[in-house]
Amino acid sequence: MSTELTAKSPAPAPPGGTRSGAGGGLLQLMLDGLRRNMRQYGMLLALGLIVALFAIWTDGDLLLPRNVSNLVLQNSYILILAIGMMLVIIAGHIDLSVGSLTAFVGAFAAVLTVQHHISWPVAVVLCLLAGAVAGAAQGYFIAYLGIPSFIVTLAGMLVFRGVTEILLEGQTLGPFPEGLQKMGNGFLPEVGPTTNYHNITLLLGFGLIAFIVLQEVRDRKRQQEFALDVVPRNIFLLKIVAMVSAILVVTLLLASYKGAPIILLVLGALVVGYGYVMRNAIFGRHIYAIGGNLPAAKLSGVKDKKVTFLVFVNMGVLAALAGLAIAARLNAASPKAGLNYELEAIASAFIGGASSSGGVGTVLGAIIGGLVLGVLNNGMNLLSVGTDWQQVIKGMALLAAVGFDVWNKRKGVS
Amino acid sequence: MAGPVLEMRSIVKTFPGVKALSDVTLTVQQGEVHAICGENGAGKSTLMKVLSGVHPHGTYEGDILFEGEVCEFKDIRASEHHGIVIIHQELALSPYLSLAENIFLGNEHAKGGFIDWRETLRHATELLRRVGLSDHPETRVADIGVGKQQLVEIAKALSKKVKLLILDEPTAALNDEDSGKLLDLILELKKQGITSIIISHKLNEIRKVADSVTIIRDGKSIETLDVKAPDTTEDRIISGMVGRDLDHRFPERTPHEPETGAAPALEIRNWTVHHPIDHQRKVVDDVSINVRRGEIVGIAGLMGAGRTELAMSVFGRTYGLYGTGTVLKDGKEIRTKTVSEAVGHGIAYVTEDRKHYGLNLIDTINRNISLTALSKVAKRGVVDEHEERQVAERFRKSMNIKAPTVFEPVGKLSGGNQQKVVLSKWIFAGPDVLILDEPTRGIDVGAKYEIYTVIDQLAAEGKAVVFISSELPELLGMCDRIYTMAAGRLTAEFPRAEATQESLMRQMTKDKEVTR
Repeated sequence: MSTELTAKSPAPAPPGGTRSGAGGGLLQLMLDGLRRNMRQYGMLLALGLIVALFAIWTDGDLLLPRNVSNLVLQNSYILILAIGMMLVIIAGHIDLSVGSLTAFVGAFAAVLTVQHHISWPVAVVLCLLAGAVAGAAQGYFIAYLGIPSFIVTLAGMLVFRGVTEILLEGQTLGPFPEGLQKMGNGFLPEVGPTTNYHNITLLLGFGLIAFIVLQEVRDRKRQQEFALDVVPRNIFLLKIVAMVSAILVVTLLLASYKGAPIILLVLGALVVGYGYVMRNAIFGRHIYAIGGNLPAAKLSGVKDKKVTFLVFVNMGVLAALAGLAIAARLNAASPKAGLNYELEAIASAFIGGASSSGGVGTVLGAIIGGLVLGVLNNGMNLLSVGTDWQQVIKGMALLAAVGFDVWNKRKGVS
Repeated sequence: MAGPVLEMRSIVKTFPGVKALSDVTLTVQQGEVHAICGENGAGKSTLMKVLSGVHPHGTYEGDILFEGEVCEFKDIRASEHHGIVIIHQELALSPYLSLAENIFLGNEHAKGGFIDWRETLRHATELLRRVGLSDHPETRVADIGVGKQQLVEIAKALSKKVKLLILDEPTAALNDEDSGKLLDLILELKKQGITSIIISHKLNEIRKVADSVTIIRDGKSIETLDVKAPDTTEDRIISGMVGRDLDHRFPERTPHEPETGAAPALEIRNWTVHHPIDHQRKVVDDVSINVRRGEIVGIAGLMGAGRTELAMSVFGRTYGLYGTGTVLKDGKEIRTKTVSEAVGHGIAYVTEDRKHYGLNLIDTINRNISLTALSKVAKRGVVDEHEERQVAERFRKSMNIKAPTVFEPVGKLSGGNQQKVVLSKWIFAGPDVLILDEPTRGIDVGAKYEIYTVIDQLAAEGKAVVFISSELPELLGMCDRIYTMAAGRLTAEFPRAEATQESLMRQMTKDKEVTR
């Protein structure tokens, strides 16, 4: 430990070469950025390391196209929950009810489609609405009546689980209509000439790459227009190359199996959408503001109650979406569905950089955190590690991630 | 005087990247009250942390001699064992424990691990009496005022058989009456042979209690002055702190000629507010004030006078239970029931407590500045980050906010720079009326001057400014008119020319006994 400390201490000093004019300021800017996002970069590195380790231990099985495809399917719902949970935690709250809520929505979907033969698109809309109502109910108690979210959602956890069992009378209910099944298990349809790859997936991947490159270039242009400092050209290029190659690898892996799972597209849209909202929308800013300092946000004219309420409504909708995905994947609604998922979602958010006092965190962080847990799960399954040890190891991973962050911050302060 | 009780020789303390103390030498005589003053960030608190063992031996260079022997404290317990006790600016009392339990926290009267209540209460009563408190030792800390809490801290120090008492800005959160009591107590303890070091911004306080004062600037001890010497004036101390002569503590202002024709920018009529818990109590009682464009109007009052409560209740009912009264903007009655409504009518309230009510400390400068007026840098609900950053850069330059970039978390800035961020935030909102509540509290002399200049400029641009302050020289130096409040009521209104510290103070203490 001590050698590490001494080795790191000279790092802040700028290297001799970049002392010319604005260069020092820019370097400082980048170092600051790096330090601020230490948790996220650290986690990204840890994720890479975990992937590499398991790839070696499983003799490459982890990165087989079929397994990557499975990994996405298995973890999509946790990731969807983690996005919503991240918002809740940034706002300074917690939601313990999401696991039960996913089970409830699954049961509701089964009752609608299996027992009452309602067409599945209608059922999906009704389920999302049910999630919104459940979220609104909890949000009302939390935001407008001021009951702590821990209590309200603990109650919700029991209530929704109970209602699920009442709806299902303790039985599993299935199977679902084919359209709904596709949502959990399906892949994009294939068109065009036969290649060794899935054409649509390839096209989508390339489209995404083009979009990202365009976006980054435009962003850089705008910065220059406003006469703000920009990142040096070669670093900018490096960043783009890294992003492009990461997308390319995943695209090729997926395209060489059955193509992109439908749920991955849903998830991708959510990540982009929520990432944008949290970063750029006034609503997102207000979530950070109330989580960071509630009284100050109030005195700045932020409608804190409304924002809190909407954060829980949103969580309800996302939980419903996850619930549908789970039910569709299992092709049945089960009273035990989604057990402990709230804990996985919360762990994802904290591993991904959230703070228990609120005000900190990013959507991308929640995804990284969720993937760390997902790869651990999947890798240990491949190695046939029992669920007993899996839990122990995941617990340690959570503790280590947050512990590292606390240690890193303390080092920064004293 | 039996020679020095404490000598700190050539103390150097380095943090990664910063030299907090570069060469400090401090000599404190036995039985004196020794003041330490310097601008914020000069290194006063760091020095005291070195002395009390918060920064343990080995993390700094230099020697500490206490009662003639070299001390190497490895933690606070070690320094307390020698009789050095520090009372921090933020009080370290546990609110739901009793006074007695707090006094002996970590140092309990116990037999075999169980608390000896009889001895605890007896000793606590004795200690409380010594600091002039007659409250029952089983009272909860949460149920007594801040002034008394400060005294409990001192009682706690006495229980540790203190020889050297260090007080870090002890009166920062106290009103004049409580401050006075505290200072008297320090003098009383001096008679009992307890040496004190007091860190303070308030020069009149230093003059009242201290025997000598050491000035620290930029991590160096500049000089030690004998307070009682005739040439040690306030200006002399200030020039030592800032390293330059400070002829003008306030920017030159030409008194505002009120345009009698136009209606006041803001007028508050017959405003009454009740206490949020004790509904019977009127915290603000039938107050009417007005402020015109281009005018700076002061509100003077002691703590509990109802100044902040007046401002906050007008600003979106953010305090108390609304009673009666009307608010007029440019002669027209307006609704200010929510913060958004108040902001919409061009009113801004800059809080006295920037850390709790003004800033999101974990967020960056640019995002703090834009928060109240996000729609100004947003289109259709989406914030333009580049435009936001440009706005923040503009304020960083114009307000002279000292930070490497606008992406610096606000919590890392010094008090003065934080205050500039809060001001920027509200100036960016583009108000016509600014209510500034203690805008210079807890910030150093240099930053104060900068803030005065900003306020002056705002008035020159035609904004109406309400200036709430506890520092009378500041009100006298800046305002065109000054209202005084006492116990929730308006007691007087002075034009600038007729106000003196004495006349203001007389009105600020008026009728206090009757209404209590």
